[in-house]
Amino acid sequence: MRRAIWALVGLCLLLGLTQTSCDRSASPEKPAATASIGGPFRLVDQDGRSFTDKDLLGKPTAIFFGFTFCLEVCPTTLADMTRWLAALGPDGGRVNVVFVSIDPTRDTPSVLKHYLGSFDPRIRGLTGTEAEIDTVAREYRVYYRKVPLPGGGYTMDHTAGVVLFDRSGQFAGAIGYGGDPNRGVGPLRQLLGR
Amino acid sequence: MRRTLLLALAGLLVAGTAMAHEYSVGSLKIGHPWSRPTPAGAVAGGGFLTITNTGKEPDRLLSGTTTAADRLEIHEMSVTDGIMRMRALPDGLAIAPGQTVKLAPGGYHIMLIGLKKPLAIGDRVPARLKFEKAGEVKVTFLVGNPPADGTGAGMEHH
Repeated sequence: MRRAIWALVGLCLLLGLTQTSCDRSASPEKPAATASIGGPFRLVDQDGRSFTDKDLLGKPTAIFFGFTFCLEVCPTTLADMTRWLAALGPDGGRVNVVFVSIDPTRDTPSVLKHYLGSFDPRIRGLTGTEAEIDTVAREYRVYYRKVPLPGGGYTMDHTAGVVLFDRSGQFAGAIGYGGDPNRGVGPLRQLLGR
Repeated sequence: MRRTLLLALAGLLVAGTAMAHEYSVGSLKIGHPWSRPTPAGAVAGGGFLTITNTGKEPDRLLSGTTTAADRLEIHEMSVTDGIMRMRALPDGLAIAPGQTVKLAPGGYHIMLIGLKKPLAIGDRVPARLKFEKAGEVKVTFLVGNPPADGTGAGMEHH
């Protein structure tokens, strides 16, 4: 229980959540279960097929929120996740690796499909309506914001980090941006062994 | 014949590695412009380089153009408290006398917006950079890995 709270505090710090929301989540008066991360969603994958939270159950999951206009954090994280899947070998098929777009206006399923063609084909790309993305981002405690560019168009600020779940959908940790490109292999192996 | 071929191949190999290249304009020295390869369909690419002001007056990187993308902007990115932010620098980037400003992954960079095609290793991206005092200079961004001299360091870890 205490460990779960600290894990949550760690995630709050990592994800840059506001102090108040974290304080409330980690408050000892409330059981940690009320401060769950994740929740029901219905999105579409890069093949245009419906994809829900239920499709994640049964396998450990690594989920990352980003956008294809992203210059650095997103391609680097997708390249890292590609590396993790390769390092897992055949076990790579026993985990879900998911990229959720927080820029659904530009990231249609076909844009995602084209873009993800540069990475491991097992990575699921998800997008949806703005309302659907808003819901899933809130459930996963992901911050994002549209920022206009002076020359026209826009970029997105967003939480950079991979969130892990066990095969029953319980939050199982987070992996921050940057550092050893292989840093996700150990945690995923650990989740596979559970 | 065989020797010529081997020499030609050796030349190609050398050209393929990220050799440092430099430009000068006014009292500015521009070191090794390079870009990362981009994923398929990527709309945005980055440009990295160093600018050293050897003069006595401050200068400023104001803007630029490239034929490889619709437009070129000067941006700064940061990851703070787990959140990635990117901001355009509409007033450009100041380079104080004696200072070297690094445009590298994880910080200041040139943003190529509206790429005509993805950047692939070995590509050469022509660009014109405009400085407030030194004027314009033509540079070529080599697409590949960060230079080995540490100017690609930034937040890179491999």
